[in-house]
Amino acid sequence: MLRFILTRVSLIIPTFLGITLLAFFLIRLVPGDPIETLAGERGIDPARHEQLRKEYGFDQPVIVQYGIYLSRVLQGDLGKSMITQEPVLTEFSALFPATVELALCAIVFALLIGLPAGMLAAIRRNSIFDHGVMGVSLTGYSMPIFWWGLILILIFSVQLDLTPVSGRIDVLYYIEPTTGFLLIDTLLSDEEGAFWSAVKHLILPTIVLGTVPLAVIARMTRSAMLEVLGEDYIRTAKAKGLSRFRIVALHALRNALIPVVTVIGLQVGVLFTGAILTETIFSWPGVGKWLIDAIFRRDYPVLQGGALLLGIVVMAVNLLVDLTYGLINPRIRHNR
Amino acid sequence: MALLEIENLSVEFPTQGGIMRAVDGVSLKLDEGEVLGVVGESGSGKSVTMLAVMGLIPFPGRVKADKLTFNGRDLLTMSEAERRRLTGKDVAMIFQEPTTSLNPSFTIGFQLAETLRLHEGMDRKAARRRSIELLEQVGIPSAESRLSAFPHQLSGGMNQRVMIAMAIACNPKLLIADEPTTALDVTIQAQILDLLMNLQKERNMALVMITHNMGVVAETARRVMVMYAGQIMEERSATDLFASPQHPYTAALLAALPERSEGATRLATIPGVVPGLYDRPKGCLFSPRCAYATEHSRNVRPELKPWAGGHIRCHYPLGDPNRNAEIQADHPVGAEAAS
Repeated sequence: MLRFILTRVSLIIPTFLGITLLAFFLIRLVPGDPIETLAGERGIDPARHEQLRKEYGFDQPVIVQYGIYLSRVLQGDLGKSMITQEPVLTEFSALFPATVELALCAIVFALLIGLPAGMLAAIRRNSIFDHGVMGVSLTGYSMPIFWWGLILILIFSVQLDLTPVSGRIDVLYYIEPTTGFLLIDTLLSDEEGAFWSAVKHLILPTIVLGTVPLAVIARMTRSAMLEVLGEDYIRTAKAKGLSRFRIVALHALRNALIPVVTVIGLQVGVLFTGAILTETIFSWPGVGKWLIDAIFRRDYPVLQGGALLLGIVVMAVNLLVDLTYGLINPRIRHNR
Repeated sequence: MALLEIENLSVEFPTQGGIMRAVDGVSLKLDEGEVLGVVGESGSGKSVTMLAVMGLIPFPGRVKADKLTFNGRDLLTMSEAERRRLTGKDVAMIFQEPTTSLNPSFTIGFQLAETLRLHEGMDRKAARRRSIELLEQVGIPSAESRLSAFPHQLSGGMNQRVMIAMAIACNPKLLIADEPTTALDVTIQAQILDLLMNLQKERNMALVMITHNMGVVAETARRVMVMYAGQIMEERSATDLFASPQHPYTAALLAALPERSEGATRLATIPGVVPGLYDRPKGCLFSPRCAYATEHSRNVRPELKPWAGGHIRCHYPLGDPNRNAEIQADHPVGAEAAS
């Protein structure tokens, strides 16, 4: 087990380097620089521009700049935002809980609907229900997230006026960020109605962000379930006289969950990518929106640091998922 | 009253090419404490017959019978819930592949106790005590520590013992063993057979031994049923059947045993294959492969008739003194089929 963890952790190092490389050079391929953005519409005197470039070190060869950046990162210094002058890490930690809250809600939503839907589709194989679930999930999987978000806003916010359009909570409320998770913080505060306001603001972003994982989980559960239901031990369970429910919900599901958990782990990366779009659509104050804004402002340190931190989170979650396999798959637990 | 009574049982599976008849008009009576061997090639319907008794025919398979009773109770009209109370308790079954027949995600102890708690209503503690007893009865050393083992931590032979322990947990009146030793090492095979036979004697339970191994039948069964393409071909006492087989198919099966070909340069075989969905003969199902087939037997399907202390489905039983004359009169075609 220790060896397994060590191999996995050692794999993080090249991934880590890769992310810094990509983030560093890709953003520099985009025309313009932070100084121009800071200057805005007025423009800037070329001599002053040159002076500032020197100050920030942008006049040096890119390779040298990368070397300096990397050595700072290795010392734990991700730099400061060029716009706000706040340390990248501080900004990230302030915004990250919002993203996590949304991502958690999305994955819970996807599991709550995807697992039962996939199971039922497998049990009623080739029925109308099965075809319906598979058709809908294929649609969900193929749908562009921003389009889906806008359609939902049009229907539920504009036409039906049921849900708010943007933000995490009504401006009426001020909530002290104790945990950073608004659902918990609003419950801790004594502001009346704050919790429901937070819930209402979460509904649409959760649906939008959870749609792709939901589709993937439903399809994966169905195929894993179909495979498991044909296994010898299911016949044994029937021969024992167990009820159908117990056979499906215990004997089959426990085994079908093994591939599904893998997929859930892989969805974490997808979730963060999706969060960038979803947060932009709903003006959700999380790291996704923060990164998009950084792109437009050519805020190099924020982009590089944000990408790196998100990358680390994705790797950590995947490692965690791999470690939990043992809990549901005894064959892995004992082989290591 | 017989423990198990089957009359004219058929099991059909609709396929894209038409209806596949896996079991075709099987009738059978089994008394309490009786040991029956069911023999046949792969696809002869021996397993499917017994799965039908267990109520384990998967959808969209259809089970039809004139009569299907267990211990005087009609299995055909019984509700699904009632049927479940019977399966696993009074009728139990063990399967060919012990390792895949146990759920890999649950411990041996959990899987054993599950049966006990369901059918005997035992609490956790009682089920655990009984599980240990059962594991000891089937010859598993340090039974208590094995309760927390997973199937992949045990050998195939051990897993089959666990399967047997699970099957006998509620003292079934009938145990169906579907090729219980096929997937095991030869040395383990003998141990598992011994175990099954001892348990059968101790508990006086009826045992149906499904196998394609004539040696296993000879060692265990008192009565043997030979199946071919979903039909019973011959059904007689084991000693009679081995001494003087009456059906040409039984005779050919016995002749194909390696120990009966001593001194020969080649092992005896039965030419051809079991008929499939499309080439089911009009007459006797064995006629395309039978050395004694005639125009008559190719066109008219023989009925199962009482013969030599048992039953046989053949126009020309081997023990019939007039058979040569009858074959000649019916225009033999078997010679060409045999060559």
